Amino acid sequence: MTLDLSSLTAPQVRDAIAAKEITAAEAVAAAYARIERVEGGVHAFNQLTPELANAAAARIDAMVAAGEELPPLAGVPVAFKDNMNLIGTRTTCSSKILANYESVYDCTAVRRMLDAGAVPVGKCNMDEFAFGSSTENSAFGVTHNPWDLDRVPGGSSGGSAAAVSAGMAVLTLGSDTGGSIRQPGALTGTVAMKPTYGRVSRYGIVAFASSLDQIGPFSKTVEECAMALNVICGKDPMDATSVERPAEDFTATLGEGVRGLRVGVVTDLLELEGCDPAVRAQVLKAADTFASLGAEVGEAQLPATQYGLPAYYIIGPAEASSNLARFDGIRYGYRVPDAEDVMDLYMRSRAEGFGPESIRRIMLGTYALSAGYYDAYYGQAQKVRTLIIRDFARAFADYDVLLTPTSPTTAFKIGEKATDPVAMYLSDVYTIPVNLAGIPAVSIPCGLVDGLPVGLQLMGAHFAESTLLRAAAAFEAESAFDMTPPIARTTAAV
Amino acid sequence: MAISEEQVRHVAMLARLKLTDAHVTTLQHELSDILTQIELISSLDLEGVEPTSHAVAITNVAREDEIRPGLSQHDALRNAPEQQDGAFLIPKFGG
Repeated sequence: MTLDLSSLTAPQVRDAIAAKEITAAEAVAAAYARIERVEGGVHAFNQLTPELANAAAARIDAMVAAGEELPPLAGVPVAFKDNMNLIGTRTTCSSKILANYESVYDCTAVRRMLDAGAVPVGKCNMDEFAFGSSTENSAFGVTHNPWDLDRVPGGSSGGSAAAVSAGMAVLTLGSDTGGSIRQPGALTGTVAMKPTYGRVSRYGIVAFASSLDQIGPFSKTVEECAMALNVICGKDPMDATSVERPAEDFTATLGEGVRGLRVGVVTDLLELEGCDPAVRAQVLKAADTFASLGAEVGEAQLPATQYGLPAYYIIGPAEASSNLARFDGIRYGYRVPDAEDVMDLYMRSRAEGFGPESIRRIMLGTYALSAGYYDAYYGQAQKVRTLIIRDFARAFADYDVLLTPTSPTTAFKIGEKATDPVAMYLSDVYTIPVNLAGIPAVSIPCGLVDGLPVGLQLMGAHFAESTLLRAAAAFEAESAFDMTPPIARTTAAV
Repeated sequence: MAISEEQVRHVAMLARLKLTDAHVTTLQHELSDILTQIELISSLDLEGVEPTSHAVAITNVAREDEIRPGLSQHDALRNAPEQQDGAFLIPKFGG
């Protein structure tokens, strides 16, 4: 087997299958061969699904044999964050409380990927219930960054990011509540997008914060990101917050360039104390690249976003504490074997089933919603959300795209922030305002610092995904970074 | 802002979490640290600012009230920790 998936994009895999150069079965075999070689060091997966993958590949190969036209992701090996339901898999959210939970229905976004011909190779590790920025908060072990196995891949969708980075899947899906797609995208050198709130159905994803959660893709290239969006976006009767929009082909305008596009560098965010100067320098260099490509580059400010982090750490946990009330040991999930009565069953099943960060967030959210504190915290945070939305509206009157770093630093060491929740929360300072405002944003690679990827965040107005992806594609073509991590380049076992 | 041990125990009860004494102490410190970071929110003067609960404007979504297939009893019970006669089995209520 010489097929190397890490060098192939989704359309290349599909076209090679359509041209009968390779079979879907060979694409699957290549994915598992890579997994066999690097997964031991990376641990991107909670579960591998070879039976589902082989069955899906056989269907594609039968279509090829019958001369049928192939769907857009035919034979493309994909993987899903382990908070997305898929019949035939467990959906664990990397939590002990759901360790044995068998999916009884399919997540809409997952189903759309599979209906588009994608082949599911596994379910990806994550921070428990998506609470975290490092994929260290998993009941099933830490995911390692393919660029440096001593470092975190970011989180919470760290497994999905690492799987694409290390060439174990061509595309993956993650979920983003405060940066959980974009920040691991930045730390692993992948293209990682959070669409506009409502673009993608949330049906079948285990809810964290329902007013913030959104599903999106990881890929190696902007074109693949656009292709994945084409597949997963759209109204779903099963999610009342999904938005009815005219169908768009996000790949159609990728080649149109950025001449005349108004690009704003968010200077007050760039100057934040915690931002690594080397990261800042890469972002300013990226702005110069946009200028050299004909974009009108200027400076923007988002002053209210300084309250984004505290607002998020009220709203997120508040909604999470409510959503996680369903895990009570009655209908599914972990149950203590010796409960005296129902209250004892609730109290001990939850305390034993949830990990430390989940308990921290449930406690914080419950406190923020409790009598006497609701107005001071939750009510104020919702008003801050309004201020942040106004900030963005003002900035988007002047600019089509706003630039910030995706993460204030490159990938940090495993364990470095694990015992300091506040330091960990600061990882998401650039990504959180986007969720609070419900706008789309994409993280793309913008170079390396000390051998580690830096992410550039492009933010746009509601439903401006096409503009963001066009800008991202122009930057990608001009910069032509090689974002293959060392582990995916070597042929030796790791 | 500091949160008291008593408050931690009260919130844990509201959240249905049986915490050990050691865990209460740890959480008291951690939550106090986190609240210190977020408490500036409560001191902002936001009089007259409308709260946002949902960032993208949508209206209520209604559909025809027609019978459609849902989760089968078999699937609904598939992950039940304990079941009996097609129902979830639980211990007694009350102590």
